[in-house]
Amino acid sequence: MAVQDVSFEAYFGEILFVVGPSGSGKTTMLSMVSGILRPNAGRVEIEGTDIWTLSADRLAEFRLHKLGFVFQDYHLFPRLTTAENVAIPLILQRRNWDEAIDEALRDLKIVGLESRAGLPPVKLSGGEQQRVAIARAIISRPDVLVFDEPTASLDGDTGRSVISFVRDQLLTDRRCIVIITHDARIFEFADRIMNMEDGKVKSIQTATALTREAAGEP
Amino acid sequence: MIGILTIAYKLLVNDRAKFAALLVGITFAVFLMIQMTSLFAGILNRSSATVINIGAKIWVMDPAIQTVANSIPMPDYVLDEVRSIPGVKYAVPLYSGGGLAKLSNGAYQAVNVMGLDDSSLFGRPRLIEGNIQDIFAENGFIVVKDAEFAKLLNPSIGTEFELNDHRGRIVGIAQVATSGLFGVPSLYTTYSRARQYLPNARFTLSYILVEPKSEADVRNIERAVGDMGYLALTKDEFMSKISSFYMFQTGLGTNMLLMTVISFIVGLSISGQTFYTFILENLEKFGALKAIGAKGSELVSMILFQATFTALTGYGLGIGLCALLIGLARLRIPDYAAIITFSNIGLAFVMVVVIAAISSYFGVRRVLLIEPFDIFRG
Repeated sequence: MAVQDVSFEAYFGEILFVVGPSGSGKTTMLSMVSGILRPNAGRVEIEGTDIWTLSADRLAEFRLHKLGFVFQDYHLFPRLTTAENVAIPLILQRRNWDEAIDEALRDLKIVGLESRAGLPPVKLSGGEQQRVAIARAIISRPDVLVFDEPTASLDGDTGRSVISFVRDQLLTDRRCIVIITHDARIFEFADRIMNMEDGKVKSIQTATALTREAAGEP
Repeated sequence: MIGILTIAYKLLVNDRAKFAALLVGITFAVFLMIQMTSLFAGILNRSSATVINIGAKIWVMDPAIQTVANSIPMPDYVLDEVRSIPGVKYAVPLYSGGGLAKLSNGAYQAVNVMGLDDSSLFGRPRLIEGNIQDIFAENGFIVVKDAEFAKLLNPSIGTEFELNDHRGRIVGIAQVATSGLFGVPSLYTTYSRARQYLPNARFTLSYILVEPKSEADVRNIERAVGDMGYLALTKDEFMSKISSFYMFQTGLGTNMLLMTVISFIVGLSISGQTFYTFILENLEKFGALKAIGAKGSELVSMILFQATFTALTGYGLGIGLCALLIGLARLRIPDYAAIITFSNIGLAFVMVVVIAAISSYFGVRRVLLIEPFDIFRG
């Protein structure tokens, strides 16, 4: 079993890092939390809604409106422009095409890529592609943002700047951000860090405590 | 939903290589299907050329007749019997047969001769040169100006030839609605002259052309002729009988059917395979859409839209290509026997819909089976 006896809470206004070695069940756990992998047992509540009691269509609606994903491989559409990629969640919400593109341009401005709006993602660098994926994740103003290994394919400086941007620009009192990562260099941006091992939660600590622990301080 | 379909459209057409391959597959399948069926329709139409050109409402004939060209002569008294059937307004004889014309250069050329009733000239062709009354002149013949005209060395009024050792003279040049199928020039003359020049058998009456007093009399006439041991068919029934002969009693129908089925299979293979590959290549993207919040029904709509759009575009291009090539062929061969009918277009449409349905079925299955978790996991 990939994940067992996991119980935790994440709060609005915080960034929760999920860390642990490969195979520890981070992605599986987050998939269940995000409503894309049905757990065999247990509950996942987001804002009081037990998401796994919803029908498939209602759950899809829930993901569309309440959750934003930044996949590890970004999964941008190479045949669409950057702006169109960002607009996808709004288009799935049946918003008018032009209106969705306008909002995409606004969010591309937030991530500093408004000048790249008309280009296909393949013309962008890795860091830029990730920012496009972030813009796509935030365009519907979701309550929960989920990042899977956001710095895995970025160099150290770019990775830090991305997470810094996430912390400064995307974290609000009405939003919870969950980030799966292996990258200890960005731990300082977390409010809490959940450590997983063998499918179980080993610990949940504040970032400061974890840093102290790593440094051997009491 | 328009926005979702717009995404589907862009995913499809912006992948130019795949889209082109899909279009080529469907276009050629449609082209081949329509070309084959058009050729068949053209041949069937040509096979009934005499029936169309003569234009009689009812044809009386020997029951064993299969095509208009292979008439079986009936005794002359049948004409009198038919004329005496209640409901017959008038009935006239028609001779249809072949002969061998010796041309001015000494060459021989097979010809088809129609002998029209002397008193009414019922079924006469439209003349573009000459006067119809001249058909009664000594040795008078009217030649049809069609694709076979040149085989008689492009005759003009006054041109002489020999027909079965009788002298013939062109007195008019005609144009008819439909040319024949067999590549033989056509001549018109009077029934009595045709009888005098051509046959060597005892009976000479090829067909009796009947005009009923009213449409209501048609069935009675058919029944009465049937009681006499002969067959009466309306123009449409006769054309249908000829078509059935070519379709079911020659290899033509089977071959055309085979070619059409092969075109369908080729189209299905190319388009189905390419479309399925296209879906497989975009499977992750569909999975990502699913993870973001697209419903299964929306993904199905996207795939169906892509398949339908490709199919209809290829369908239009296929019809256009076929029409273009038939047009070009007609420039070179004026009597090229191919007709694009609504039935051809309808049949090809049904086949294209089947191709699109089968292609999208497998794509839809794959997309519905993909788990967003697989995408999330990378």
